[in-house]
Amino acid sequence: MNVVKLVLKNSLRHKLRTTLTIVGIMIAVIAFGLLRTVVTVWNSSVDAAAANRLITRQAVSFIFPLPYSYKEKIKAIDGIENVSFANWFGGVYKDKNNFFTRLAVDDETIFDVMKEFVISDQELADFKRERNSCVIGAEIAKQYNIKIGDQMVLDGDIYPGRWEFVVRGIYKPKNKNTDGTQMLFHWTYVDERLKVESPIRTGKVGWYIILINDPGRSAEISEKIDGLFKNSSAETKTETEKAFTQGFVSASGAIITAMNFMSFVIIGIIMLVLANTMIMAARERTREYAVLKTLGFSAFHIVGLILGESMVIALLGGGIGIALTYPIVGGFEQAVPKGFFPFFYVEPITLILAMSAALLIGVLASIFPIQRALKTKIVDGFRFVG
Amino acid sequence: MASLISVQNVSKSYWRDKLEIPVLNNITIDVEEGEFLALMGPSGSGKTTLLNLIAGIDKPSKGKIIVNGTDISNLGESALAKWRANNVGFIFQFYNLIPVLTAFENVELPLLLTKLSKSQRRKQVETALNLVGLGDRMDHYPKQLSGGQEQRVAIARAIVTDPVLLVADEPTGDLDRTSAEEILTLMERLNKEFQKTIIMVTHDPHAAESAHKLQHLEKGDLVGA
Repeated sequence: MNVVKLVLKNSLRHKLRTTLTIVGIMIAVIAFGLLRTVVTVWNSSVDAAAANRLITRQAVSFIFPLPYSYKEKIKAIDGIENVSFANWFGGVYKDKNNFFTRLAVDDETIFDVMKEFVISDQELADFKRERNSCVIGAEIAKQYNIKIGDQMVLDGDIYPGRWEFVVRGIYKPKNKNTDGTQMLFHWTYVDERLKVESPIRTGKVGWYIILINDPGRSAEISEKIDGLFKNSSAETKTETEKAFTQGFVSASGAIITAMNFMSFVIIGIIMLVLANTMIMAARERTREYAVLKTLGFSAFHIVGLILGESMVIALLGGGIGIALTYPIVGGFEQAVPKGFFPFFYVEPITLILAMSAALLIGVLASIFPIQRALKTKIVDGFRFVG
Repeated sequence: MASLISVQNVSKSYWRDKLEIPVLNNITIDVEEGEFLALMGPSGSGKTTLLNLIAGIDKPSKGKIIVNGTDISNLGESALAKWRANNVGFIFQFYNLIPVLTAFENVELPLLLTKLSKSQRRKQVETALNLVGLGDRMDHYPKQLSGGQEQRVAIARAIVTDPVLLVADEPTGDLDRTSAEEILTLMERLNKEFQKTIIMVTHDPHAAESAHKLQHLEKGDLVGA
């Protein structure tokens, strides 16, 4: 036998209490992992933004369109490599819960400015050639089992009616945090139909995506673009893609902050639960600690016994919680509307944080019982009635 | 015989809030090596306190206690813990075995503080348990043993490190007459055959008859044999 064996035996002395505490820590770690994953995924779109891309939108609000005619004017500004645009289409694919981004885009330039959307030359050529074609992200293709040549029908809401598209390309995300759930189709296809059905809405785009040569000049170029359209009926606001995306994320800032806060509150609560377990355990063993001290066991040994027991429980709960985080996060992804999150994965830093939190809980929960056990004199320990 | 324990002018007081409660008053006593001393007296007379001071689990308020050449009244907590591990075996009224450990593991506990190898520890534990007649109960947990057997495991734990001094606080206080007799016989054997110096606190005059020497305490004073 050694002291480690005594630690393990002590940990399992009250099986129900230990099991409930381990389950509590496990649930806390899973909740922490899930909340942190949502927060990370939410913020990762900002990290994925390219440094050499600017976004120009209507100055009043993103929801107001800009004239198509701005494209050539913007392109003429020094330092701009390419200009593309996109328009939020909305619509429903089969079921309103099937959520993914659908954009009417400039088919000629979109893949030149969005280089992280990787598509073969043949598929790009086919897409450009056919007016009612579309390109979808690989994750959409996998999720809905769509192949090249298949038809996709959208039920329009912002642009009412039945919209039929033929899939001519499937792009692959270049990076882990690149959105692989977009559906892109010809802006001209939509615009031509609007000329017939709703002429007042033609010639409008949602926002311009501008590729610049030198990211260091983004402020200067943004100023030039906005200056170009100052005092016009559609003034612009140009900012880096990162700032533009940050604006979206900030809109949900309160929820994200609350989730962040909650993830740490959960850790705090479970720390109290484990501390309570350890205080009860140490209190029940007051007499045993007195015996051990009498036999010659030092303060170091007593600290080891209590800290060890606390760590065993915390690590078991943390370990099982982390092991279960992957399937639970996977299940959560399935439960939310399809495509709600463009990508959803547990970051290694989340696991490191969760395990560190479990370790910290183990240490902190043992401080008070250790202090009490060390402070209690041997003679008082023998008199203790638990 | 040489004096193993020398208690010189020892007083002990406890404090309850600001009130000083004297428990032992200027006690002086010598215990010779190989002696079996019984301390008797009514409840609150200070006999357990005196035993605790001699065993190094409490410190005197005044005076000096020298055991086996070491002045233990001046030792720090850590040094005192080491000294106890090397010099004293403890036998308690309520056995104080660790319930999650087997008889073998309970007896092995003090040896975990030594540098003995696993096989050496096993040998010593088996010897101690065989000596108390529990060689066939090594894997039993305390709850699987009778009171008398538990006390014998506690005695095995007390002697496994071969200490010079055994202290026993009411070792038969929680046992029936037959079991108590067995424990006393065992303690006499440890004293006679293995020359262990034993100090035993007891209320029981019959138990005290096992000792060579008897000392009475009353209200913190030694009142003679």
